[in-house]
Amino acid sequence: MSDPILATHSLSRSFGALKATDNVSIDLRAGEIHAIIGPNGAGKSTLIQQISGVLAPDQGRIELLGEDITRLSTVTRARAGLGRTFQISALAMEDTVFENAMLGALGARGNPWSFWRAAKRDTALSETALAALEQVGLAEARDMRTADLSHGQRRQLEVAVALTLAPRAFLMDEPMAGLGASGSKQMTGFLDGLRAEAPILLVEHDMDAVFALADRISVLVYGQIIATGTVDDIRKDAAVRAAYLGEDL
Amino acid sequence: MIAERPLAVLVLTALLAVPLWALAVDEPFTITLATRAAILALAAVGLNIALGMGGLVSLGHAVFFGIGGYAMGILAYHAQTYTPLEIFGLSIEGTKSMPVIWLVATLVSALAAWGIGLLSLRTSGVYFIMITLAFGQMFYYFAISWSAYGGEDGLSIYVRNGFPGVNTLVPIQFFALCFALLCAALFLNARLQAAPFGLALNAARQVPARVETVGLNPVRLKLVAFVVSGAITGLAGALFADLNRFVSPTMFSWQLSGELIVLIVIGGVGRLMGPVIGACLFVTLEHWLGGITEFWHVFLGVILLLIVLFARGGLVGLLTGKEGPHV
Ligand SMILES: Nc1ncnc2c1ncn2[C@@H]1O[C@H](COP(=O)(O)OP(=O)(O)O)[C@@H](O)[C@H]1O
Ligand SMILES: [Mg+2]
Repeated sequence: MSDPILATHSLSRSFGALKATDNVSIDLRAGEIHAIIGPNGAGKSTLIQQISGVLAPDQGRIELLGEDITRLSTVTRARAGLGRTFQISALAMEDTVFENAMLGALGARGNPWSFWRAAKRDTALSETALAALEQVGLAEARDMRTADLSHGQRRQLEVAVALTLAPRAFLMDEPMAGLGASGSKQMTGFLDGLRAEAPILLVEHDMDAVFALADRISVLVYGQIIATGTVDDIRKDAAVRAAYLGEDL
Repeated sequence: MIAERPLAVLVLTALLAVPLWALAVDEPFTITLATRAAILALAAVGLNIALGMGGLVSLGHAVFFGIGGYAMGILAYHAQTYTPLEIFGLSIEGTKSMPVIWLVATLVSALAAWGIGLLSLRTSGVYFIMITLAFGQMFYYFAISWSAYGGEDGLSIYVRNGFPGVNTLVPIQFFALCFALLCAALFLNARLQAAPFGLALNAARQVPARVETVGLNPVRLKLVAFVVSGAITGLAGALFADLNRFVSPTMFSWQLSGELIVLIVIGGVGRLMGPVIGACLFVTLEHWLGGITEFWHVFLGVILLLIVLFARGGLVGLLTGKEGPHV
């Protein structure tokens, strides 16, 4: 087995007496979708925030491509190849869809210090941005104001911005949230193809999507990983059934 | 409704036409008023880069206006008294040359903006406003106590500084210089806004977390905006001092910082012509209403209130029918 792209080692983080992340060690291997599931408040978002660098862990280590990134800023981690999407869309709402994608392209270039030439005349930037919009099916909406997009389109744009970065690993916090059945299905199909570009650490509530997509699933309960395995392992695991999935599965 | 570009042409043509008309009918004071409007507009164009694009509510932009003013005052003072300026063990000649003064005013303001920005940008929201205000007050009281350059009384410069090929003592010629600099600053502003830098800054104002996630540093973007902003406002300060042939600590006053914000809000925050329209309105009201009543600021307040309540995009927003950025 090759080295993991992304790994956490004994990661812990408390909020007061609450252990939101408790000794979490997971890894993400090339080509896979590793889903993190768990009930509300289990600590999924807290885990994503530590990996992306928004929140500092109390203990433990995070490695990307074998490098220790635990102490790096969000900005440096993004440059090192982490592509993140937010649970609640974080987009420039006053800007157009295209401009949001352009921001990602600019981030990929790593140099925003260009003061004179119009951004939209910069063909390298626009091509990166447009390719990402096309990939998620938003090319038609490129000139719409982001605030006017439907919820589902915003979720797509979140993913498109991450795509422009051509990251080494994706971190996605509930990309299906609020998408509805057909939107979910569409996004599922899309993420299925995406794993070939870079592996995805996927936090997701939608169980149909998780069971359809995941190569491996880790179950997080009260900040602890109680099980990691394939879809079949997890379906069978008694502890998981008791803690999370319910007996009707 | 009118598109943004024709509006810019219209407003600038009007600002150019008024002093030309005044010249024709021999009303030199109106030329001075137009010059004052152009200079205040330039100062506000500077502030608008920080405020409108970067979302930085700086209540201390008079610092840069004052620095520009004192750069002019000090250099011209040493030239007119034939005394060298002793600083850092160097002995520098004063100068009456506008291009040199402008360069110094711009560079020193940029340097000050970098230092102030570096400290202030560790905070945001109300704290940012308070820190910039505090810096403004520090400079204000420093200028008052700086007796070498007139202290509270300020510095008078006997003859307006010179510009190659221009007779700056002729009001319309000095106006032309100020107007040209205003146009240049507006052009720069438009370029910045459309450039990749403007795109990133615009996003940094709205969603700094997103900007970080794509690997760009929002604070650094805002710092650069603050430096460019301070430099332009500093240049305006040098012109303002030359217009009055006088500098005093009031150029550092927080009231001036506040007035700059007010005229931008009235004109349209983050809109290219917002500061220009705001400054023209401000100077017009100041002159006409100020002649009728000492309390003309009350009317300004009413206008501000109406704009904030009913027209968030300011006058540019009303004229173009587009709301514009939120700060
Ligand atoms: N900044 C914070 N301060 C205090 N408690 C927090 C903070 N962020 C999250 N928590 C708590 O940590 C737990 C895990 O939250 P979260 O990671 O958002 O869960 P999930 O994403 O799995 O629903 C919850 O009990 C939540 O209330
Ligand atoms: Mg969550």
